[in-house]
Amino acid sequence: MDNEVKLHGFWPSPFVYRVIWALKLKGIEYDYIEEDLANKSELLLRYNPVYEKVPVLVHAGKPISESLVILEYIEEVWPHNPLLPKDPYERSVARFWINFATDKGRSAVRSLFWGGGDGKKEAAEQMFDLLKIIEEQALGDKKFFGGNSINMVDLIFAWFACWIQPMEQLVGIKVLEPSRLPSLHAWVKNFKEEPIIKENLPDPERLLAYYTRLTSNLVSKPT
Amino acid sequence: MGSGENKVVLHGMWASPYVKRVELALKIKGIPFEYVEENLRNKSPQLLKYNPVQKKVPVLVHNGKPVCESLVILEYLDEVWSTGPQLLPKEPYQRANFRFWAAYIQQLLESIFKLFNADKEAHEKPLQEVHEKLRNLEDGVKEFYFPEGSPNHISAENLGILDVMLVSVLGPFRAKEEAFSVKILDPGKNPLIFSWIQALIELPLVKEVVPPHDKMVGVLQFLKQSGFKF
Repeated sequence: MDNEVKLHGFWPSPFVYRVIWALKLKGIEYDYIEEDLANKSELLLRYNPVYEKVPVLVHAGKPISESLVILEYIEEVWPHNPLLPKDPYERSVARFWINFATDKGRSAVRSLFWGGGDGKKEAAEQMFDLLKIIEEQALGDKKFFGGNSINMVDLIFAWFACWIQPMEQLVGIKVLEPSRLPSLHAWVKNFKEEPIIKENLPDPERLLAYYTRLTSNLVSKPT
Repeated sequence: MGSGENKVVLHGMWASPYVKRVELALKIKGIPFEYVEENLRNKSPQLLKYNPVQKKVPVLVHNGKPVCESLVILEYLDEVWSTGPQLLPKEPYQRANFRFWAAYIQQLLESIFKLFNADKEAHEKPLQEVHEKLRNLEDGVKEFYFPEGSPNHISAENLGILDVMLVSVLGPFRAKEEAFSVKILDPGKNPLIFSWIQALIELPLVKEVVPPHDKMVGVLQFLKQSGFKF
């Protein structure tokens, strides 16, 4: 067992990808276990009894749940190729944006994706306002949120790199317009072209099919 | 060390659980600070300058530089004031565990807010959610935080992030129960959490931070009546 690293994941999950990227950026060897969320393994339920969710990182037999907690753990145990700034103040700024994306992002996605028909346009505008703040205040004129190289903030915002597109297609509204959000649009391109990221991205067709299935299931249920 | 060397200012609001976390953390770590009470209906230009994105409290201003978001502030305090009392343990796995449960106590607060937002007739489901979270919390922290099954080790000298989070959420639990006529914390159902918070609110340091009962009941009832969304 020793220092073995295992990751329990689910292929469409952006939360799982954050951990995959962190491990790969730091060159950490790990075993990946694909979980079927409709039929969760005994191990997963034992490792994460509180949320029963992925990702779960298991290091030397000890489980850690919640992607942000996992990322901080990885950063502390394997500090090479750092994903957070060294300076405490800069770290607090990075964590602020991570918290912002997590907090605001979640409710914006919920409104846009799961919200009722009439509210979609408004939800899209609210999402745009959020992205504008992120573009102007978090990204600024940097190539990545982490500056010249990717850091944890980029991994958290990666949701806008790969997961917003299938949702835009399903909802029929483009939020991440290149003309309205030029820097963020450029960031998406740069992020996806980074060597390790490029080799570890979810298949866009497969993602679209997955979200299409999810929303059609929702529509067929009575509200 | 001159007076400008480590100037710490906390912008807050007396009833905010998020502010209370930072206040208690500063006191635990023995960090002298200046407190600025904000009127959230008439926010100071300073607050808007220091937290333009969220326009919220708490904001910690350290030598003129603002740090926002309560949990981000707590991590910052531990990193900058790295000698003396620490909010998080040293060992990475334990740190992960503490961070997980600190985030869970925040989830508990969100469930309590859902309860506050519900109409009186629709209390049952949100209350069940609160009780479920309390149960999970009790089961979760029992083994690693209370191996002896009781809060005997709680003292002003060894408070950490979980104590800070619990005080912020459950410190005024009786006021919350009175304001909304609900039973949140039942010593029969959650004996450990009940005795844990009782031990905490007895400490003079914590007493300084938890808002006075009647004042808290008053503000909660006032907010509810004004249609405030918690």
